[in-house]
Amino acid sequence: MVGYLAQRLATGFVTLFGVALIVFLVMRVIPGDAAVMMSGAGSGVVSQEELQQVRHQLGIDRPLVVQFADWATHVGKLDFGTSLRTGSPVIEDISRRFPYTLEIVVLSMIIAVGLGVPAGVLSAWLAGTWVDRILQTITIVGLAAPSFWIGLLFILGLVFFFHWSAPLFWQPIWMDPLASLSQLIWPSLAVGLRQLALIRTARAKGLSERRVVFRHALWNGALPIITLIGFEIAALFGSLIITESVFSVPGLGQYVVQSILDRDYPAAQGIILILAAIVVLGNLAVDMLYGLLDPRTRVQGARA
Amino acid sequence: MTEVTSDALAAYAGFQPAIAPPQPTRAARVMRLMLRQPLGTMGAIVLLVMLFAAVFAPYLSPYDPTAGDPAALYKPPSALYWLGTDAFGRDILSRLIYGARISLIVGFGASILGVVVGTAIGVTSGYFGGWYDSIAQRVMDAMLAFPMLLLALAMAAALGSSVHNVIIALAMPIVPRAARISRASTLVLKTTTFIEASRAIGCSNLRTIVQHILPNTFAPLLVIATAYLGLAIVQEAALDYLGAGIQEPQPSWGLMMSGSATSLALTAPWIVLFPGLAITLVVLASNLLGDAIRDVLDPKLQRTNL
Repeated sequence: MVGYLAQRLATGFVTLFGVALIVFLVMRVIPGDAAVMMSGAGSGVVSQEELQQVRHQLGIDRPLVVQFADWATHVGKLDFGTSLRTGSPVIEDISRRFPYTLEIVVLSMIIAVGLGVPAGVLSAWLAGTWVDRILQTITIVGLAAPSFWIGLLFILGLVFFFHWSAPLFWQPIWMDPLASLSQLIWPSLAVGLRQLALIRTARAKGLSERRVVFRHALWNGALPIITLIGFEIAALFGSLIITESVFSVPGLGQYVVQSILDRDYPAAQGIILILAAIVVLGNLAVDMLYGLLDPRTRVQGARA
Repeated sequence: MTEVTSDALAAYAGFQPAIAPPQPTRAARVMRLMLRQPLGTMGAIVLLVMLFAAVFAPYLSPYDPTAGDPAALYKPPSALYWLGTDAFGRDILSRLIYGARISLIVGFGASILGVVVGTAIGVTSGYFGGWYDSIAQRVMDAMLAFPMLLLALAMAAALGSSVHNVIIALAMPIVPRAARISRASTLVLKTTTFIEASRAIGCSNLRTIVQHILPNTFAPLLVIATAYLGLAIVQEAALDYLGAGIQEPQPSWGLMMSGSATSLALTAPWIVLFPGLAITLVVLASNLLGDAIRDVLDPKLQRTNL
């Protein structure tokens, strides 16, 4: 188990290095650099010399190899360099925004598992009845609807029926937990509903275990659901990114979109690398958890 | 000694004389398949209708999709404008019909491009193995670690926003997934005797791959291509919504929804409502078609969202 873990960690590290390299190169291909974006060139006021000066200040006129080595050093120091937009270390920007995103992730997971698993088990229990049909239809249609549209519909409904308005200030959870939860419950619901694939899995698992005691069906359902959560981490980030933009929550999703669009290299590179690391570590954790829950997979895993 | 005819023998054995059972015609087989997969058939019909609308958009749409009527801003659905008008007084229905072009071109384009490139990488790396395989696998792993939308977003921003760049950007996340599956089936095929035989009689590597391996990886790849068709359409809309994809005044479903929902809620909710419904319908149709194709081609394949 320990040898396997070490081997998996090593591959994960190589993967992350590949991610870093790809991100770095893709960001450099983007036409129009940060200097142009910052100085508002195109208006014709800024001269080439001034642009060159801004580039020099930002350090983006150096050879790519030097820039990559520089960035790698900052990643090693865990500060991820300085954001070209905000001027503060990327890690500070990220840690300021992380709590909002984490809160949405946790809330939406609770919603997805809390609604999805009972619904799936119920669907399997009543297989073939109208309850099952309705639940399955909801799942299939729900999986087809784009997450940002669901978010937009939520906003439309909230404004229309409750005269809701988007908060100007989003409460961090440690300042005022209740206010924070009540603000973030809506984006979380929009993200959580996207994870309805859980119903399918729970139903499929529940069907084969129908005659067994309820508790057992739930327990056996846990394994495929854990796997699915592993698969879904990356997909979850996808819907997070866009839902945060829809609700304008000041979280990581909105940050990464803005960083890419503004060509803020260090910020975009840093946050993408961190998200990829979470995906890699998440998958690793899922595999380990799987080994703990189901001894059969452990042997296979060790041999692989 | 009487002559023993085959008919006599057959009668002796209790067989009916050899009347060939009627061979079902191609149309009849398709019909039967469609009846067995009603949901998939529905999906195919919806997609065909969308395709028809996209191709004949100029004849079907009642108004010019890009020219707005300044006298008809934010008009609710009516007999004149069936689905209402947007902030520039442009007819939503006409924009939806023209938008189907972009959605379908990008959806089909990205999933086909992604599967073709991914298969090329997967089949060759599975077939040749060695250091080429290791490097290809590490690169694919790195690409898989990206959230799909982020990779597409970064690529779209990098390449600039035109239809073919958006197709390339959205094909990127499909490549590693197609590569993985085609590599796995190539590895299995490589151990079979008919591939060994084809090499033994002196087929070149290229001939073995093109004539013997590729046709056998076709079924799972068709399944992936349809599975990613819907995903590519959603992601395209998301890119447009975020402002990294197709730009105004081109009619694209994602673009039609961008803008402030908060302010639209009370004045013109239909602007947000209908494009989303259109996306949901297309994605639903392609998912149902994909499920049906998978059930027909490979019943053993698991129902997971790859």
